[in-house]
Amino acid sequence: MDLGLSLYYTRPELILSFTGLCLLLIAAWRSDSGRLLSILSVAALVAAGAHLIEFMGRPAGDAFSGLYRMDAFGSFTKLLVYIAAAISLMIAPRYLEKAGAMRAEYPILILFACVGMGIMVSATDLITLYIGLELNSLAAYVLASFARNDGRSAEAGLKYFVLGALASGILLYGMSLLYGFTGSTNFDAIGAALTGKIGLGTLFGIIFVLSGLAFKISAAPFHMWTPDVYEGAPTPVTAFFASAPKVAATALLIRIVIEAFGNQVGAWQQIIIVVALMSIIIGAVGAIGQQNLKRLLAYSSINNVGFILIGLAAGTQQGVAAMLVYLSIYVAMTLGGFICLMQLHNRDGVLFEGLNDIAGLSKTRPGLAAAMAVFMFSLAGIPPLFGFWGKLAVFNAAVAAHLLPLAIIGIAASVIGAFYYLKIVKLMYFDEANDIIVSDGDSTLPIIGGALALAVSPLGYLAIPLLASVTTQAAKALF
Amino acid sequence: MNANELPILSIMILVPVVASILCLFVRAELARVLALTATLFNLILGIWLWISYDPSGLQWQFRESASLFGPIGWKLGIDGISLMLIMLSVFLMPICIGASWRTITTRVGEYMAAFLLMEALMIGVFAAQDLMLFYIFFEAGLIPMYLIIGIWGGADRIYASYKFFLYTLLGSVLMLIAMLWMIQFAGTADIPVLLNTDFPAAAQNWLWLAFFASFAVKMPMWPVHTWLPDAHVQAPTAGSVILAGVLLKMGGYGFLRFSLPMFPEASLHFIWIIFGLSMVAVVYTSLVALVKKLIAYSSVAHMAIVTVGLFAFNQQGIEGSIIVMLSHGLVSGALFLCVGVIYDRLHTREISRYGGLSVNMPKYALLFMLFTMASVGLPGTSGFVGEFLSLAGLYQVSTWATLIATTGIILGAGYMLYLYRRVAFGEQTNADAAAMEDLNGREMWLLVPIAAVVLWMGIYPESFLQPIRRDVATIVARIDRAKPAGDAAIIAKDKTTAKYRVVAHEKTAAEGSQH
Repeated sequence: MDLGLSLYYTRPELILSFTGLCLLLIAAWRSDSGRLLSILSVAALVAAGAHLIEFMGRPAGDAFSGLYRMDAFGSFTKLLVYIAAAISLMIAPRYLEKAGAMRAEYPILILFACVGMGIMVSATDLITLYIGLELNSLAAYVLASFARNDGRSAEAGLKYFVLGALASGILLYGMSLLYGFTGSTNFDAIGAALTGKIGLGTLFGIIFVLSGLAFKISAAPFHMWTPDVYEGAPTPVTAFFASAPKVAATALLIRIVIEAFGNQVGAWQQIIIVVALMSIIIGAVGAIGQQNLKRLLAYSSINNVGFILIGLAAGTQQGVAAMLVYLSIYVAMTLGGFICLMQLHNRDGVLFEGLNDIAGLSKTRPGLAAAMAVFMFSLAGIPPLFGFWGKLAVFNAAVAAHLLPLAIIGIAASVIGAFYYLKIVKLMYFDEANDIIVSDGDSTLPIIGGALALAVSPLGYLAIPLLASVTTQAAKALF
Repeated sequence: MNANELPILSIMILVPVVASILCLFVRAELARVLALTATLFNLILGIWLWISYDPSGLQWQFRESASLFGPIGWKLGIDGISLMLIMLSVFLMPICIGASWRTITTRVGEYMAAFLLMEALMIGVFAAQDLMLFYIFFEAGLIPMYLIIGIWGGADRIYASYKFFLYTLLGSVLMLIAMLWMIQFAGTADIPVLLNTDFPAAAQNWLWLAFFASFAVKMPMWPVHTWLPDAHVQAPTAGSVILAGVLLKMGGYGFLRFSLPMFPEASLHFIWIIFGLSMVAVVYTSLVALVKKLIAYSSVAHMAIVTVGLFAFNQQGIEGSIIVMLSHGLVSGALFLCVGVIYDRLHTREISRYGGLSVNMPKYALLFMLFTMASVGLPGTSGFVGEFLSLAGLYQVSTWATLIATTGIILGAGYMLYLYRRVAFGEQTNADAAAMEDLNGREMWLLVPIAAVVLWMGIYPESFLQPIRRDVATIVARIDRAKPAGDAAIIAKDKTTAKYRVVAHEKTAAEGSQH
């Protein structure tokens, strides 16, 4: 395992790290260069992403003596992360300028978070995992409080930091237990050691690791921070939180569960099932009373995590592939939802995020309302929108793994969720207009939002064959 | 030229979709014309489809297959049953557009777009040959219908639209899980293949219940019918027409296409649920209909006749049910239009606000009477043919159920005639109602074609029975192994009946035309 090969495998991370450091220098000289840095960061993400394509169909390669693995699974999820991050970068500058919070550090923090997420999804060792997770989290804590003049944003950052530190502690404790009982920090070695009947200590190790990771993906019952942080953070940052880190943390969870705990399905399957169902139900019921759209979308993301975890509960290659399909569609839906949200402002540029502010939006801004309706029906999983395909894939995996009760309860609970998505559509289409929301003539958000809306519209079904082959390839890398 | 040479079903789905997208971007007047043109064009295509359909040819005709969407196959194809229901959809659509011509004044483009989308989805439901594709079409109809009720509906439209959406969604998602299981069991989502797959009896039971949850809500059967009266009353007239005319038929179509031939044993096992609920529905809704939401409740009663006919497991019962579905689609649609006509003039649906309309609106009174009689099931109208056949089929299975169902029909005659008397006859107590104009040209164009088809179906039902006969026989042959014993057969050794007995000629049409 020579260094050259290791560097070759970690090239996307290297590109992003070096770009980040160089941009930091520019930012030190020119503090008003946020826009320029955003464009350069997107370029860096594109360059790093281009290096990933070649690994999609190749056998896995280990770097740094088994600390890090470049395989189809990691490449696919990384690509998804980069796309989500790039969109978050593109939508942010104008919005943050308007909120008076645009600084040159924003794109740099996103880049470093992407480095962390890249390490997360490729980690095959508990230590690498932790480094990646913390690198991402530290950037995320700062991003959450990025609008530092806004009390809510500062509060969000602090909450995120304190609770995130707690979760990291739980995770570390679980990792130390696992290391103690199995004698290794490497996923494969842990997996080999965890055969046959396992002791209580190991079981606790698994439970703590899963709990810590459940916090990171905001699955119930570790979801409490999500609505507060999502509400407080500036909306482009929230869009970023709801997409990229969720993909990375879910991918990390998949990898550790399949590679390290793969021989102990009985030990974690029940936990995942309970977490999945709780997330679906809490996400759905919790959203009903919300009056703030960002909080509502936060609950919606909890709800969606529950559906994603159903694929993991199946514990099969098909299940993992289904999760990746769902994640891809989810990224488009959730980013689209937040992009619609970011366009809610009046003539003076005052931003709105209350539920009742969108009343009658279909009369004042029909295009925006239509896009929002597409995202909402898609999040609810109503065919023919593309969100349905994600739900179908995970439930299909659950049925194939003979988890019929899980599938039936899960899908019945999805009807509860449909209620509040319908409520948004009802507000926009059935109610009288408030006449406060106007367009500001900026075309970035409508173009990106429109493209995402087209992607989750029935046209998205044309992408199924491609998506299916790529995700199957990615899932195969783990089994 | 034969329609077989073109992917005609895809064209019939695409025409309304394209028109629907265009409607979103044009002015109100143009949107109306565009929608009418598209639906009339589809009607012409539909007639061409019917002419090209060969009742003695293959079971599935006009088949198309494309693998655009990976595991979801774009597979279309129709048999006679689908053909008749597609004809019903394309026939009612131009009438719906016409009915909304003047009454809808806000957001006309979006309204027309929603209706055109509904048309595409309805055709898709009846033509889909892939289980997943069927589900997508079946469910997708919720979105435009939700918007139609919610945006252009009456005062209490929001409650009605939520109820409609969530009720139907909850029913359908369980069916989705059952479908996924079936696809994995059979290894294919191809409906013609699944129709000949024998599912294990134990699995059939829960699969049947999951499908039942969906179709019973859609149908709707008592006690999950409560969304229907709300939706009917709140929806705009054309929305009610399409809801009663075609959407309810999806439930019956589902029972006929999936529940019966795919799970015959389970269908027998749960026949008591169907008969029990339908009996309650027939009597209960007929009594409720005397008091309120008359036409909506009469729909529930008619649909109960459909379900008992379907689960009679024999040729007459199933053929009768299909004719009841077609007839009810036309007649209830026409009755909603009749209500719409006077609603447009007086803006109330209270029966007591009208009275004596036969004096100032003779044409209206005549057509309204025809549809009332058809709803009651008077011989010579379409209602009679269907109800008679259904009950004749049911009689072979359960004489008791037939007795109760027939009682329901008598009650139905009671409330329909009572309605007609209060609206059309009697004193002209309300001055404004007495001053209403008779039907104008547009309204005549809406009602007269339906009246003509109702009479055609009543006088010469063979045109409608001929395309479905062979397909019904195929289903009957398929479910024959689970046929219920029945209590109407003459006991062979009973001496009292000896002189009435004739030597049975066993060769039925079902076996005769099977290939």
